[in-house]
Amino acid sequence: MTGEQIFFLIVGAVTLLSALMVVTSRDLVHAALWLVATLFGVAIVYAFLNAGFLAVVQVVVYIGAIAILFIFAVMLTRRQAADTGAAMNANWWVGALVAVVSFLGLASMLSKWSGFSKMATAMPSGFDAVGQLGGALTSADGYVLPFEVASVLLLAALVGAVYLAFNKK
Amino acid sequence: MIPLSWYLMLAAGLFSIGLFGALARRNAVAILLGVELMLNAVNINLVAFWRYGDVAVMAGQVFAIIVFAVAAAEVAVGLALVISVYRRRNTVVAEDLNMMKW
Repeated sequence: MTGEQIFFLIVGAVTLLSALMVVTSRDLVHAALWLVATLFGVAIVYAFLNAGFLAVVQVVVYIGAIAILFIFAVMLTRRQAADTGAAMNANWWVGALVAVVSFLGLASMLSKWSGFSKMATAMPSGFDAVGQLGGALTSADGYVLPFEVASVLLLAALVGAVYLAFNKK
Repeated sequence: MIPLSWYLMLAAGLFSIGLFGALARRNAVAILLGVELMLNAVNINLVAFWRYGDVAVMAGQVFAIIVFAVAAAEVAVGLALVISVYRRRNTVVAEDLNMMKW
């Protein structure tokens, strides 16, 4: 077992444990902070996969914007409901059963696939991943249409969020 | 070197944990936290398949970027809905929000 593999196992274990804390901790501020730890773990996984740009975007967009938005929402919506009463609903065991069954189903389905334990080929030397990604997002024979649709979606979400959360009184 | 299976298993575990959170939590904000975990698991899969396939084809990374944008939009609208519901009903517990149930 190489050092890279040991480091990956540590990162994966921390990611999964903090994800477990996200869904089980009673205090939602703690859950949001555990989400930050999970998102950092996922960013390190992106760095393992030679996707440095996505790792940076993960830190900036997810941790910098989405996790902070969650913390704000938790603080704006807690009076008594957030901390009293059960954290789980009465059918939580059905949810746990569905989650375990879906994990086992995914694992058994993937382990039958021939490319399951494939190794990565070495990155081509001088490969400009960020330049390739930018080219793919902006060229007409690439993904410029999904890119523009995503920008319209973000604008619509911005207007919708302001409209919904605006206090009319 | 790390085999592809480790990434896929990590993503499957993260997805299942997020699914449990989305199904079992009572608080609407906690349900959205579970949805975020599931979206991150999908993104790990997309980037892993980009790296272990042909790296010159950027489709995996482009999909991951689109998922980032959709996740940001989903959280913004979802949390605005939660705050709006909290103003009107004074609760964010999902099972108390039954005004559309007949």
